[in-house]
Order: sequence, then C-alpha cells, then structure tokens
Amino acid sequence: MLALVSPALLVILALIVLPVGWLAWQSIYHDGFTLENYRRVFTEDVYWRSFALTFEISLAVTVIALLLGYPVAYLANSVPKGWSILILSLVVLPFWTSVLVRAYAWLALLQRTGVINQFLRYLDAISEPLALVHNTFGTVVATVHILLPFMVLPLYATMQKIPNDLMQAGASLGASPSLTFMRVFLPLSLPGVLAGCTMVFVLCLGFYITPELLGGGRTVMVSMLVSRNVELYNQFGAASAVAVVLLLSVLAIFFVVSRFISLDRVLGQK
Amino acid sequence: MNMKRNFGLGCALLGAIGLTSAADAAEQITFVSQGGAYQQAQTVAILDPSAKKLGITINQDSIPDAWPAIKTQVGSGKPIWDVVDTPTGNCLRGGEQGLIEKLDFSKIPNGAAMPEAYRSPYSVSYEFYSSVLSYSQKTFPKDAPNSWADFWDVKKFPGRRALRNHPFATLEAALMADGVAPDKLHPLDVDRAFKKLEEIKPHITVWWTSGAQSAQLLNDGEVDMEMAWNGRVSAVAKEGAKVAFTYNQGILQSTSLCILKGAPNLETAVKFLNEAVDPVHQANLPLHIDYGPGNPKAFETNVIKPERAAQLPSEPANAAKQALMSYAWWSSPAGEAAEKRWASFMQK
Repeated sequence: MLALVSPALLVILALIVLPVGWLAWQSIYHDGFTLENYRRVFTEDVYWRSFALTFEISLAVTVIALLLGYPVAYLANSVPKGWSILILSLVVLPFWTSVLVRAYAWLALLQRTGVINQFLRYLDAISEPLALVHNTFGTVVATVHILLPFMVLPLYATMQKIPNDLMQAGASLGASPSLTFMRVFLPLSLPGVLAGCTMVFVLCLGFYITPELLGGGRTVMVSMLVSRNVELYNQFGAASAVAVVLLLSVLAIFFVVSRFISLDRVLGQK
Repeated sequence: MNMKRNFGLGCALLGAIGLTSAADAAEQITFVSQGGAYQQAQTVAILDPSAKKLGITINQDSIPDAWPAIKTQVGSGKPIWDVVDTPTGNCLRGGEQGLIEKLDFSKIPNGAAMPEAYRSPYSVSYEFYSSVLSYSQKTFPKDAPNSWADFWDVKKFPGRRALRNHPFATLEAALMADGVAPDKLHPLDVDRAFKKLEEIKPHITVWWTSGAQSAQLLNDGEVDMEMAWNGRVSAVAKEGAKVAFTYNQGILQSTSLCILKGAPNLETAVKFLNEAVDPVHQANLPLHIDYGPGNPKAFETNVIKPERAAQLPSEPANAAKQALMSYAWWSSPAGEAAEKRWASFMQK
C-alpha cells in the first residue's frame, strides 16, 4: 500500500511541503533570525484591515452562496435523475471558463456603461448609473459566482444520502411537508452545509484575481497584500509572513470544523 | 609559388577560424527587456543594427519585472544576463546595493554626451514614457481638463476619475495640483502630497493597477478622466475611441540600461551600452512604437519627422511641459518610506 501511494507522497512533498516550508523559513530568517516580518503583520493596521476585510468578504460570500446554493442542491436532489444531471451540469459549467474571463464578463455586466446599468436606464428605473463594480459589492458578486459549485456539490452529495423513507415516515405520522423539512431533512443535510461553507469560506480567503480586477483598488484582500509586499519590501520574507498567517488561520478553521465533522466529509469523499 | 599560395590561404583560414571562435567566446551578450511589442520594436530599431555594427551576437531574454531576477542572479554569484532594460529606479537601487556595475563613462561617449539628468553612475536612459492626464472627448468636447489642478477640480470638471494605485507619479501629480511647479517638485513634500490626495480620494472611482486596465477604463467610458501612460492612451485613440491626453504636467518616466555586477561579458556589454544609446539607433525607436528616445540627441538626427516628434513624450518642447521623475529621490529612504505609506493611505 505504501509503495502505491509513494509517488503521490513524493509529489506532495516536492510540490507542497518543501515550498511551504521554505516559505515559512524565509519569513523568519533573513541574515539571521528575525521576527520583524511578523511584528509588522501584527502591529501595522494595514494588515489588520486587510485580514478583517478578507474575513468579512469571505463570510458574506459564504452566506450568499449557501442561500443560493441550498435550493439548487435541493431541487437537483428531488427531481428525476435526468433533470438532476442537467442541473448539476449547469452548476459545473462555469468551471470550464477561466476565472479571468469570468471577472471581465462581470465587468461587462456591472460597469457604468455595462448591460445592467444600461437596461435600468432604458427602463427609467434610475437616473444615474449605479456603482455596481470597482468596490466590495462587485467583488462579492463575482466571487459568489465562481465559488457556487463548491457549495452546491457537497450539499447535493449529502442530500443524496438522506433516505427518502424518513420523509415518508414523517408524512405518515402527520407532519406537514414544511415540518418534515425543518425537523428531518434540514438537520440531516447540515453536514453538507458545513462542508460547503468551509470549502467556500476557505477558498475565498485566498482570492486574488477577482478583487484585483473588480475591487477598484480599494478592496485589498490578503492575497493582494502578499503580492504587494514582494514589490514593496523586495524580499520574500515580508510576503511569506502574511502568507503564513493566512495559512495558519485556514488550518485553525479546519481544526475547529473537524471537531464537528470528519474532514473526509468536508472534502466531499464520504 | 603554388605552395606559397596554399600556405597563405591556410594562414588566412586559420586566422578566420581564430577570429570566429574568439567572437563566439567573447563577443556576445545577453540583453533583457520586457518583451512584447516593445521588445520587438527595439530589436528592429536598436538591437539588430547594434549587433551588426559591433559584430557581436545579442541573445535576448525578457521578463516583466527584472528586479527579483537581478537580485537572485547577482546573489548567486554567477549572473547569466549582461545588460538589462528596466525602470531607472531599479538601476539606482541596484547600484546602491552592489547588484549593478558602476559605469566608466570614458568608454561610453554616447552616454557621456547625454545631459546629466538622463544618466546616473550606474545607468543611461534608454526610452521615455509619460504619466499623462487623459480624458474622454465625449464628456469634454471642449474645455477639457488640462492640468492636475483641473483634475482635482470636481466642480468645474464633473465626471468619474481614475488614478494609478501606486505612489509613483501620483504624488507628483498631487503636488502639481496643489500649485507646486513641475521643476520644483523635488524633494517631494510627502505630507503635502498625501493631504492633497485625501481631497480627491472620495472622487476616484478606480485605482488601476495595470496599463491594460487603465486602457479598458478609458475605452469603455467607465471613467471620464484618468492618469495613464501616453502609449496606452494613443493606442486606445488609434482603435477609434474618442479619447485624448495632454503632455502638460505629465510625469516623464524612463527605463534605463544597466549592467549586472559580475556580468559574464562585461566588456562587450559596455560596448553595446554605448551603441544602444547612439542618437541614430535611438531615433529609430519611435518609428516603431509610441515611446520617446532616451537620448535627447536623437531629435537632432532628422530621423524623426517633426510631426512624429511632436507626439513623443521626450521631445524637447513636450519634455519642457512635464516634470522629470526623480528616481534618485524615489530610491532614497524618503522615497521608500513614501512607497510604504501608500498602502495605509489606500486602506484608510
């Protein structure tokens, strides 16, 4: 068994463990040991603002993705097989388009001269174009779009495993459909909710292209801070420290989540 | 007789072999620029003619941002590049950090003949571009904004605005908006510049990060006026968009040539450096791309037609309207502090 997985382990070692280790090392070693990079991360308010904004955006994206994704997964779960395949294909379809192209597509939709503003002006619903992009709003919209599949798929996988008999039992005992949903289906789907939310939240923490293109320069998320630090301080240690702090926060989130649910489930396997 | 001739021929052949192998061993350099249409234009205008004239081989490489590579190559002790075309600040900073060779201008007569503002102990100017005030002609068919004071005047010139998300040129523009003359900017009054920027900040729709983004904003009418690089604006105008710009109070910026410390072909590199800023080669560059020659003497060669010259950022009359960016100031501790302060300004 070990022989079978060893190529995979080697790849992980070479491509993940070593570079991340090197990253962490650089953040504390530059002509001798130094905690200067971390002192900066924890004392300068630029970093705090970015971390706070990143968590706020991630939270907003997660909540919106859940509200949009749950009904989709529910529908895909309750319709006949052929329809559910169609629905899931539509969910997965955007995966085949690059993140960059999707960001520009949102720009075409949301900007001042974009489709939405022009349509609203045509209807005389607004007199001045709405500021839909080059701000946090535009960033959140596009990010939700990109991350929605990561919410729908774990939800659907979990819902698939809820035996239909339980709902029928509920109904035969006199519960209304909404009561059965609230008391039986919803609680049983919660592991999927937690799995989807964790995926979306964690992936969102590291978003770069979308806020860079749609944030108008004001929405500075942590990943952008990483790249700016390389430019600003001309040494990778300064950027590594930010990356390490972000990595540790992600690990902390996974640790907390794993107290409630097995990690296999978060990653969608069981 | 016959024998003698053969002997002579043999000698000539031997000599030729000796020459070619010497050329292979020493007479080549690796030149690095930023790729794309820009590097192609240089190849035609400057690199190929220089290689021909000097009888050397120029190997080309390209990288968008040379600075990290300069650091790692020189740091490793065995650099593979010789000459780099990079924003002038990198040459100065590199010189101070021992990453760039100090130039002996007695071996670079073309560089020595350039005005002092166009060279440093480590570099010579190679080409010029400008951060200019550009605007939509649809929004401003006449009475267009013509100075940074106009850009800051949101009552007289209503409209959406964009600036670059970077302190370079932006601080200079803020100071000019506050009434500082273009030739009296340095050393920059950083506090005054940021105070002036706070004033315009609520009216800035987008802080752009890439040249392509600034072009898109102008092209799509997403903003009515912005700071942008002259080449980007003229490219958008060429595509048919109703946009224009003014060189008035533009911030003239440059890339320079410099040589990596311990370059493998130092002597040839110095020879090439001299050739590359030759006024005629330099004059050829703007025939292929919208950038101005780094050597102002190029305008005296008659290679550049007057109507073309009038479009270029470093043409003397245009240059006189602009502020020359001081890379020496930006790579000083005060400049670096201002660069770091930018991040907190943006996130406040």
